[in-house]
Amino acid sequence: MNDLYATQRAMRNMRKLAMQRGVIAILDVGTSKIACLVLRFDGPDQFSGGDEIGSMAGQSGFRVIGAATTRSRGVHFGEVDAMQETERAVRTVIQAAQKMANLRVDHVMACFSGARPRSYGLAGSIDLQDSVVSENDVSHVLAACDVPDFGDEREVLHAQPVNFALDHRSGLGDPRGQIGNQLAADMHLLTVDAHVVGNLLHCIKRCDLEVAGLVSSAYASGVSALVEDEQELGAACIDLGGGATGLSIFMKKHMIYSDSLRLGGDNITSDISQGLQVPMATAERIKTFYGGVVATGMDDRDMIEVGGDTGDWEHDRRTVSRAELIGIMRPRVEEILEEVRDRLDAAGFEHLPSQQIVLTGGGSQIPGLDGLATKILGQQVRLGRPMRVQGLPQAATGPAFAASVGLCLNAAQPQDEWWDFDIPVEKYHARSLKRAVKWFKDNW
Amino acid sequence: MQQVEPAIAAPRRDPAPSRISYKLQRLMLRSGFKRFLRVGLPVLLITATIGIVLGDAGRREAIELKIAELRRSIEERPEFMVKLMAIDGASDAVATEIREGLPLEFPMTAFDLDLEAMRAGIAEMDVVANVDVIVRSGVLQINVIERTPAVVWRSYQEVVLLDSGGHRVIPIAGRADYPDLPLIAGQGADKHINQALDVLTATGPLAARVRGIERMGERRWDLVLDRSQRILLPEQNPIAALERVIALSKAQDLLARDLTIIDMRNGHRPTIRIADSAIEELRRIRALK
Repeated sequence: MNDLYATQRAMRNMRKLAMQRGVIAILDVGTSKIACLVLRFDGPDQFSGGDEIGSMAGQSGFRVIGAATTRSRGVHFGEVDAMQETERAVRTVIQAAQKMANLRVDHVMACFSGARPRSYGLAGSIDLQDSVVSENDVSHVLAACDVPDFGDEREVLHAQPVNFALDHRSGLGDPRGQIGNQLAADMHLLTVDAHVVGNLLHCIKRCDLEVAGLVSSAYASGVSALVEDEQELGAACIDLGGGATGLSIFMKKHMIYSDSLRLGGDNITSDISQGLQVPMATAERIKTFYGGVVATGMDDRDMIEVGGDTGDWEHDRRTVSRAELIGIMRPRVEEILEEVRDRLDAAGFEHLPSQQIVLTGGGSQIPGLDGLATKILGQQVRLGRPMRVQGLPQAATGPAFAASVGLCLNAAQPQDEWWDFDIPVEKYHARSLKRAVKWFKDNW
Repeated sequence: MQQVEPAIAAPRRDPAPSRISYKLQRLMLRSGFKRFLRVGLPVLLITATIGIVLGDAGRREAIELKIAELRRSIEERPEFMVKLMAIDGASDAVATEIREGLPLEFPMTAFDLDLEAMRAGIAEMDVVANVDVIVRSGVLQINVIERTPAVVWRSYQEVVLLDSGGHRVIPIAGRADYPDLPLIAGQGADKHINQALDVLTATGPLAARVRGIERMGERRWDLVLDRSQRILLPEQNPIAALERVIALSKAQDLLARDLTIIDMRNGHRPTIRIADSAIEELRRIRALK
């Protein structure tokens, strides 16, 4: 656990360094595309205020000066599958973004959708020594949370304090300076597969970049696609990506649950490819141009040329009606949405005061998806696009860039994590004392 | 049925940059690296080239030779050549001396003439009051203004001509060469030539008898007359004293008498010294009485 604490802290320091230099890159490693945005910050003072969120929710302090996307290679289900390929794709996108920004970037914040995230709710409490809560007490109570045994092969990606309670007064945002006897904290812990993270970090390192932070893309999408009152009252953000569908539930401006399905737009494409006997590239093209989930009578007459280059005339001149295409796509979309429904039910989403569901990600651009989603997920469904940030090119404002934009916002206004608080004092002392004793034992 | 060959699609070119080009681009984006390429590298290259070229002694010599040759060829153009020297305003002797002092071989280029040094060398000559040295249309023109000698000064070392300012003009063999110039003697006399000339002008009727004027003890004048007579003039107002002597001489024919010294140093008590023969004559006359 301490090991991880150290690496996350190192990343956080790297982020601070990048803030001081004023330039940081955002890397969204997705299954269908890899996007890179280069951000320039106007100054570190903009963000040192801490307590209050600045104007425009803190997003006014930075500007996107470089943006690039490339077709993703070697990524499946949001996980690195072929390292060399992924490295090349990252290199492509970083180079293009650098060229546009005319700046060299050294620090990069990355997000990814796969790696089987798993959410844990932790709780801990301590008795306060003196009645006023100090910063040290906060780190103590966070350290006092009983961490479940999530296995050796997993790493903590997020550990965010969600709620503080002081003597039966719950729902405190910031307990510091308040008076009470017992301090309790709830923490949301998100773990992912360690190997997947390791592979991604290795790919980025191979491009001579320093990792300044790792974020789950479901969380990033939620940050950018949910509006403020949705985050406050409770809402779920569904990020329909290429290889994985991210799921994050927000409440009181904190993510309280996150999950990921290994299903996405690529499954729809492969269904089309198999159903129409066309290559994946053609299937992807047909899906994006003619795809839909609700067929009308008009669609029976709307013929699509499938094409082909076998040389067989009969084969190459095939046409399908749009209704057929919808017939292939709809079951898969329904399957994804039903799976999402199951996950939401498992998480206890129905107990939230607000049942808002926001669909975002590239998959949410399927025409008629909102109608279908309403039938499966409930009445309060809307399609979400990411917030507007300064300098973002028009091509990168679509819902497919929700995670990228969310990552920008996260870079500018990071959520407090467990490792942002100092190691509790006596633990630290015990360790250093132990280390000193060990040194004497080793050397004398 | 004919077998249809599937068209072999050209392999898609990978848009990814190679590792080297990626690193190169990042290097180029480094702040300062471009500036180094633009400024530092050319400077370094030029310095290195010059250093390598000049590092070899033979090559350096060849370059120096080439430069000297080029210089020579420009200097020896007819426009810059000086063919003769003209000396104006100098007497023949001085002109000859100047010519001997400047061993120049004409024709020569104007670049090799050090006019300032030549001017200083000529101006060092005592006889020269002022000199201009210029090169004009192939002629080295030397304009000399000579000092005009005013007196002959006989000092312990030499006999020399002085101008009215007391500056040496030229040493001479004997006083007889310049009979028309007054003779001045004594140490420190050259500092007070003006006063001496004033005294000499004031001699008036005595002028024919004046042999010269001598500076005594570097403070006052003695007017020396023929027949070994001497008028000792005071330090202050020597001319008034002289006029008194002249008046006495006119009235009583003083200077025609046999005396050697008229001492006017003390105005209240002028004194005369009679010559030895005159004293004996006086005694003889007294003895006769």
